[in-house]
Amino acid sequence: MRFRGKLVDITCIQHFTRVVTTISKLIKTCVLRITPTALYLILSEKVVNGGVQIWCELPQGHFFDEYAMEGVSAEENEIYLELAPENLVKALKTAQTAKWVKVKLTKKHAPCITIEVDLPTLGAHSRVVVHDIPVSVVPRRLWTEYQEPEVPNFDVSIVMPQIKVLKNVIEKMKNLSNTLLLSANHQGEFKVSVETDMVSVSTHFQDLLNPASGNGGAPQQLNPSMDPEEFAEILLTTKWCISI
Amino acid sequence: MPMALSTQEAADDDQFVLLAKIDNARSVSNILKAIHFKETATVFASAMGLKVTVEDAKCIQANAFIQEGIFQEFTIKEEQITFKINLTVLLECLTIFGSGAVSGACTSLKMCYRGYGCPLILMLEEDGVLTDCSIKTLEPDEVLDFNFCSTNVVNKIIMKSECLKEAFNELDMTSDILEFLMSPDAPYFRLSTFGNAGSTTSDFPKDSDMMESFQCSQTQTNRYKVSLLKPSVKALALSSRVSIRTDNRGFLSLQYMIKNEDGQVCFVEYYCAPDEDLDEPDH
Repeated sequence: MRFRGKLVDITCIQHFTRVVTTISKLIKTCVLRITPTALYLILSEKVVNGGVQIWCELPQGHFFDEYAMEGVSAEENEIYLELAPENLVKALKTAQTAKWVKVKLTKKHAPCITIEVDLPTLGAHSRVVVHDIPVSVVPRRLWTEYQEPEVPNFDVSIVMPQIKVLKNVIEKMKNLSNTLLLSANHQGEFKVSVETDMVSVSTHFQDLLNPASGNGGAPQQLNPSMDPEEFAEILLTTKWCISI
Repeated sequence: MPMALSTQEAADDDQFVLLAKIDNARSVSNILKAIHFKETATVFASAMGLKVTVEDAKCIQANAFIQEGIFQEFTIKEEQITFKINLTVLLECLTIFGSGAVSGACTSLKMCYRGYGCPLILMLEEDGVLTDCSIKTLEPDEVLDFNFCSTNVVNKIIMKSECLKEAFNELDMTSDILEFLMSPDAPYFRLSTFGNAGSTTSDFPKDSDMMESFQCSQTQTNRYKVSLLKPSVKALALSSRVSIRTDNRGFLSLQYMIKNEDGQVCFVEYYCAPDEDLDEPDH
């Protein structure tokens, strides 16, 4: 198994860091899946109710200037590693002004993802910081647990409004109730609301995009019995919303 | 147009007994934050505007006045409307789009109340995003009448809030009481605390630049519980001027003049009963 990637563009480095930071806030360990075309950060919680699944796909072309990998075998040209994303974040934090960042699969006394960061200096010679992040290799027989989750037939698909506004509103709502109701319809409307004995608050976003479904059909075709004005609803705990 | 709660409410606007609209919700929320030291408040609405009262321990009362002229529209169909409400919840709703003042972003507010037993309805809008709130109102309790009238005022000082802010921010919280000395003679106006590390005094001479008006006829020393007065720091922080008055019973009235973002003036007042529990400490 081999993997070597190099990020050079500072915006790519910063973007990559932000993505991994977001993941690290949600979970303690995840699986890093390396394929010829992309990196994936995956969490698959086998919980019946209220479990979290994370599937994050990072097309390598968006981030890496150089990218080369060799999977466990020719037929199964992929690598699955288990690691703590927080360790990745700590390493990447040193790279925010780097000239380049190399990410490699190495074997120190144990398998590691090694992050090499070339930092700018005032003088002539370079300054390289090396981080070794211990990982464990996920054996092939367990790979089926980390397949792309199937998106169930959904009633409504809608693009979120400005996250900053949504975040402010949800922050306030979490002070009022532990459960949050999210509703959306096919007319680009999205509502966030809480309701208790004391108070009910509902924030209403309009003119949002309802993207067409993956198979190219119009959203209404997924659930033809649904009135476009009607809202599909879901109840969430506010604690979960805040971490997003 | 979606049939949101707001549209429904607009159709029923005729049923309200109180309707108030303001372009900048912060003109209301900032003033209310200055009296937010207990969870519930009593709201009194009249043709003059809103008065919101918070009390504690039967010794301290804070009133925030938002006069009708502050609102873009203020209509009331009864002489006086009173209800009790959870002030913490009200403030969360008023600041639903965020607590900080973001330049350029303005939240407009419409408040409606249909009468006894009905919830207080708030409709807030910022940048095309609408929030509807419905807050339960509660049976109002009797509020204290501190019976503070100007004829009984013994000492009165009006000063710029600036220097008082420093003194109040550094109040020694290990002291149970804050002592107010007001006198026609030196030291004129003195605040003292008696804490674990010792006593501290802050003197404000009558001819200081900070003094706008000094009318003290009698030397008075009164003590008030620090814990009761500490919340008034919020009002002081927002204010530009403060009036300090004591009456013949030693009751304290602090009145704060607060300018909102549009330059309009609102008042917040605190009344505090003197502390009678402690014996005179040696000092």
